Amino acid sequence: MTNGVIHWFRFASPQSFYPLAGRMLPWFAVLAALLAAAGLWIAFFVAPTDAQQGESYRIIFIHVPASWMSMFLYVVMAGWAGFGLAFNTRLSSMMAHAIAPTGALFAFLSLWTGALWGRPTWGAYWVWDARLTSELVLFFLYLGYMALHAAIDDPRRGDRASAVLALVGVINVPIIYFSVQWWNTLHQGASVSITRAPSMAATMFAGMLVMALAFWMYSIAATLGRARAIMLEREAHMQWTQDLKEAAR
Amino acid sequence: MNWGSTADFFAMGGYGFYVWGSYLVTAACIAGEVLFLRARRGDALRQVRAEKGRNETAA
Repeated sequence: MTNGVIHWFRFASPQSFYPLAGRMLPWFAVLAALLAAAGLWIAFFVAPTDAQQGESYRIIFIHVPASWMSMFLYVVMAGWAGFGLAFNTRLSSMMAHAIAPTGALFAFLSLWTGALWGRPTWGAYWVWDARLTSELVLFFLYLGYMALHAAIDDPRRGDRASAVLALVGVINVPIIYFSVQWWNTLHQGASVSITRAPSMAATMFAGMLVMALAFWMYSIAATLGRARAIMLEREAHMQWTQDLKEAAR
Repeated sequence: MNWGSTADFFAMGGYGFYVWGSYLVTAACIAGEVLFLRARRGDALRQVRAEKGRNETAA
């Protein structure tokens, strides 16, 4: 740390990343809580009733952010897994495994809230529509990634095998995203686009963005927390974990 | 303000089951993950302490 330059590679080892993650975690957790409080306020008290769907549309404030997170986290997870596969860096694979359960949670929530929104809007909890089916595949990819890693005794070998699965599965993410354009689906098109103005009231849009930011912050906090636990589990035999003050007895 | 009364708020214009079913399950999942993460950290620290004890008796 000379001349004010931050040496980022210093944080590429679990030993130095563990305390850094511990310092960052509470900030992301607090931000997540504040943003969620603001987002819920907008979702229920500021955003008006929808002219067509009545109050049922309020599911959008968790459905869309959860769906975005499930796709985005998958790409980040596959990126870390691929990085670990290519450069054999142990922290990268740990980060990939730290993301997977949170990604699976958001994929589940996307399907769950979608079902509860589909029933009053389309008359069915589930249809084998391209968008819904590809999101279900994403959920199974997360589960498969975790199951494959858990099934292999040596964690480093498990890292490599599951990384290949994660990388092959990335193809599903653009399929989910473009499914509403490529196939004739029941699911509505994208709510937000870079090229068009948002197709909804400004307050509805704001609520969705604030909730998405809250989920982002939550995902970062949960990932950091899980990464810290994984570092301890995998390196319990090492001197640095045993020297931690929280490991004192 | 969208709601005339508390009962109105919980009724969600007749969509209470769908709206609250979404929000409550989301809240429960997130709370569950936080509790699970805390438990996992506790287990991991116990594992580190166990390894440490093994090293100390060996030395």
